[in-house]
Amino acid sequence: MIPLKVNGEERSFDGDPDLPLLWYLRDVLGLTGTKFGCGMALCGACTVHRDGKAIRSCVTSMNKLSGAEITTIEAVSKNGLHPVQQKWIEYNVPQCGYCQSGQIMQAISLLKEKPKPSDEEIDGGMAGNICRCGTYQRIRAAIKAAAGENA
Amino acid sequence: MSDNILNVSRRGFLQGVVSTGALILSVRLVPEFLWAEETSPATYADRAILHPSAFVGIDTDGTVHLVAHRSEMGTSSRTSVPLILADELDADWKRVKLEQAIGDPRYGDQDTDGSHSVRSFYQPMREAGATARLMLTQAAAQKWGVPVSECHSDLHVIVHAPSKRKAGYGELAAAAAKLPVPKTEELQFKPKSAWRYIGKGATSYDLTDICTGKAGYGMDAHLQGMLYASVEHPPVLGGKVKSYDEKAPLQVKGVKQTIAIKPFTPPHQFQPLGGVAVIADNTWAAFQGRKKLNVAWDNGANASYNSDSYRKELQATARKPGKVARNIGDVDAAFAQGGRIVEADYYLPMLAHAPMEPPVALADFRDGKVTIWASTQNPQAVQETVAGELGIPKENVICHVPLLGGGFGRKSKPDYAAEAAILSKATGRPVKVVWSREDDIKFGYYHAVSAMYMKAALDAKGKPTAWLQRSVFPPIGSTFALNTTYGDGGDLGQGWTDLPFDIPNHRAENGPAENHVRIGWFRSVANIYHTFATQTFADELAHTSGRDSVEYLLDLIGPARIVDVKASAPDYDNYGESPSVYPLDTARVRRVVEIAAEKSGWGKRKMGKGAGMGIAVHRSFLTYVATVAEVEVNDQGDVKIPAVFTAVDAGLVVNPEATRSQFEGAAVFGTSIVRTGEITAKDGVIEQSNFDNYPVARINEAPYKTNVYIVDSDAPPAGVGEPGVPPFAPALCNAIFAATGKRIRELPLAKANASS
Repeated sequence: MIPLKVNGEERSFDGDPDLPLLWYLRDVLGLTGTKFGCGMALCGACTVHRDGKAIRSCVTSMNKLSGAEITTIEAVSKNGLHPVQQKWIEYNVPQCGYCQSGQIMQAISLLKEKPKPSDEEIDGGMAGNICRCGTYQRIRAAIKAAAGENA
Repeated sequence: MSDNILNVSRRGFLQGVVSTGALILSVRLVPEFLWAEETSPATYADRAILHPSAFVGIDTDGTVHLVAHRSEMGTSSRTSVPLILADELDADWKRVKLEQAIGDPRYGDQDTDGSHSVRSFYQPMREAGATARLMLTQAAAQKWGVPVSECHSDLHVIVHAPSKRKAGYGELAAAAAKLPVPKTEELQFKPKSAWRYIGKGATSYDLTDICTGKAGYGMDAHLQGMLYASVEHPPVLGGKVKSYDEKAPLQVKGVKQTIAIKPFTPPHQFQPLGGVAVIADNTWAAFQGRKKLNVAWDNGANASYNSDSYRKELQATARKPGKVARNIGDVDAAFAQGGRIVEADYYLPMLAHAPMEPPVALADFRDGKVTIWASTQNPQAVQETVAGELGIPKENVICHVPLLGGGFGRKSKPDYAAEAAILSKATGRPVKVVWSREDDIKFGYYHAVSAMYMKAALDAKGKPTAWLQRSVFPPIGSTFALNTTYGDGGDLGQGWTDLPFDIPNHRAENGPAENHVRIGWFRSVANIYHTFATQTFADELAHTSGRDSVEYLLDLIGPARIVDVKASAPDYDNYGESPSVYPLDTARVRRVVEIAAEKSGWGKRKMGKGAGMGIAVHRSFLTYVATVAEVEVNDQGDVKIPAVFTAVDAGLVVNPEATRSQFEGAAVFGTSIVRTGEITAKDGVIEQSNFDNYPVARINEAPYKTNVYIVDSDAPPAGVGEPGVPPFAPALCNAIFAATGKRIRELPLAKANASS
C-alpha cells in the first residue's frame, strides 16, 4: 500500500507500483485535467505539483510517491481562480488548450521560485512545456502579468 | 443544466467505476457538450420550443441553444461560427448555451479542415439567426396587435418603437413557434452598423474550463466499464502480422486480452492499419502489454522505401519535364533568347502533425449500433469509415465530438476511431483506443516530402522574362486511389498554379512520385513547399539583381489587377470558390506586402551584425498574407527570432483576437518546420518516434513576438487557421540569408547550419 495525498485527500494505492502517477490520476481517480502528451517527460502536458513543485507525472512511478502531496490543476486554487489562471484567461492564452493545464502548473511552480522572472528565466522555466498551437508569447505575457501582481 | 446532468447520468457517461472503486467524479467534470440521449440524436436546440433550424433553439426562459457543428481544435470555430448566428439573432451571448453537434449530414459539411468554417457558414448562420429573429418579431407584433414593421429587435428582446413596449425572447418563443418558418427571401439582415459580435469577436466558449482542467477532450472520454486499448501497428505501410505471442502480454497486470486487427484493403484511405491490439483496464497496462507481443511481420513491398534514395529520385524527377499545370506565353522560346539565367533546387522533408493530444477515440458497440467519442475533425467521415468497417448503416454510427487537443489535419482521418469501434464490437465492452506519441509520429498521414526546381531568365533590370517551376511530391490522392502519382488541381492550386506574378512567359509543372507511406493534409498542405520555393526564389532573384527584396517583390507582383488563373491553369480550383466572389486580386497581394514592410521598419532600421529581415507573401485559402521575419544569427549559427510582422487580409474577420492567435501560432508552427521538422524512413520504417527525435519549437526557440496586422475589409470572409503558415518559412530563411549570406534551399535548418 502506498499512502499519498491527492488534492488534499488521503489515498492509498495498491496497484502496480510501476504505474506512472499520470495514469493513476487519469484512469483511476478520473482527474483528467492532467494530460498525456509523450510519456517521456519531453512535453510537460502531464505536469502536476509534488509538495508544491512541478513534476512530470508521466515518468513518476507510484512507488516513488509514498507520503507525497500531489496537487493537480483541478485543485490548484482552493477558492475561485488562481492568479495565474486569471492571467491565462485575461491574456486569452489557450488555443486548443490541451497543454495548458501543464503550462499553468509549470508557471505556478516557476513563480514560486522566481517571483519576478526575467525573459531568460521564463524560457528556462517553461522550455520543458510544448505548445504545438504556439501560444508561447501569450504564456510569457501572462506569466509577466502574474509576476507583476506578486509585487 | 439540470436536464443535462439527468441525461448524462441516464446515459452512464462518466459514471465509471474502475478497479479500485475509488473513482468519484463531480458533476462539474461532466462536459456539457458530451451529452447524449440513448436513442435519439436530438439536441437541446431541437427540443427547445422554438427551433426554426438545426442550429438554433430558444427556450421559454430565454436560453438560446446554439449548435456548434465544426470541430474545435484550437481555432475558435466552435465559438466564432455560432457567434455569427447570435449576432444576427440579436441574442445576448451570455444567455447562449453551446452544444457540440454529433456527426450528421443535416448540418452540412462538418470536415473542419481547409480553413473554411467561417467562409462556408457565414451565410447559413446569418440566415438561421435572421429566421429566428423574424419569427420572434412577428410573434411580438401579433401579441401587441401592431404591424411587424413597427417592431425591431434589441438585445434579446423585441421592441415596439412607437409604444416602447418590450418582450423578451423567452416570453415570445412559444408564440413564435406557432408561426410558419419564413422563406429566405423574406429575411432582412442586420446592417454592419448594428453588428454586436461580428468583427469584435468573443473569447473561446471553453476558455475558463480549459484553464481549470475541466474541459473535456477526446482523451478524457469515459464510460462505465470501459476498457483501454493500444495497438501495435505494422511498422511498414501494408505490412501484415505473421505471428505474435498471445499469452505473454497477459503477464502484465491489468492486461485482459489481445485482438488481431485485419490489414487494410488497398488503397488504405481511412482504414485501420491492422496489427494487434492489447486490451487492458488502464492505458499504461495496454502500452506495457504491447512490449511483450513479439510480433513477426511480413513487411511487404514498402520495406524498400528509404528517404535518402527517394530524395535523389525526387530531385532527378524535378530536373525532367513534367506535366504542365499552367502555361503563359512560351518559356522555352524566352529562355532561348538568353538573358541572365538563374536556377535553384529546393527540398523539404516529410512532416508529422504531432498534435499535443495523440489520436484517441472511445467506442461503445451494442445491438448493431455504435456510439463514439472521437477527437475528430470530421465526424461524418467517422460515420462512413466505421460503418464500412463494421458493415452497419452509417446512421447507426453516432459520433460525438469532444474538444480536440490539436488537429492540424491529422484528425481528419479517423483510422483510430475505426479501431475503437472494431475492438468494442470484439470485446462487447466500451473501448478507448489511445495512441502513444510514438504511434502518432510513426503511423501518421504525413505531409509529403517534396522537391522543386526553378529556372528564370532575367532582363537587364533583373525582372524575369521567363519563369519555369517544377514540383514533385507523392500526392494526397494516393491515399484514396492506387497509382496516383501526380498532384491534382487542388494540390497544385496551393501555391503552384496561382503564382500572382507579372511574368510574360511562365510555366508550372508537376512530376510524378509514388507514395510509400500514408500521405495526408497537414496545416496549409502543399502551400508549404510551393511557397517555400517561389518565395525563396523571388528573394534569390532580387539578390542576383542587386535590388531590395520588398521593392523587387512588388515589381514581380506588378500592377493591381485580377489574375484569371483558370485561363492559364484549367484545373485550378480556387479552394472551391468562384473567382467572381473570391478573385485573385494583386492589389490585395501588394497591400499586405506594403503593410508588413512598413510595420517592420523595412529598409529604415539599422540591423546589427548577424541580424537581418526577410519577406514572403502568399494567398492561401483565399487569404492574403505577407510576413516579415527578423533574425539574429550568432557565430555558431544559432538563430533567434526577435520579431515577426504579419499582415493579413482575410476579408471580413469575425473574431479578430482569435485570428491574431492563429497567426501567432502559425509563426511557431512554421518555426518548427524550419528548425527541426523532418520525418524520414529507413527500410520502410519511420525513424522518428517522439519529441526527442522529432522536436517541435519550444518557448525559447519560437519567435519572441509575432505582430499581426489585420486589414479592415468588407470582402467575403476567407480563412485564418492555415494561411499564416506558408509565408513563414521562406520569410525566415530569407532573413537568415540577409543576416548571414547563407541561402537555405533545404529544410530543416538543423541539417544545414545557418552560419555563413
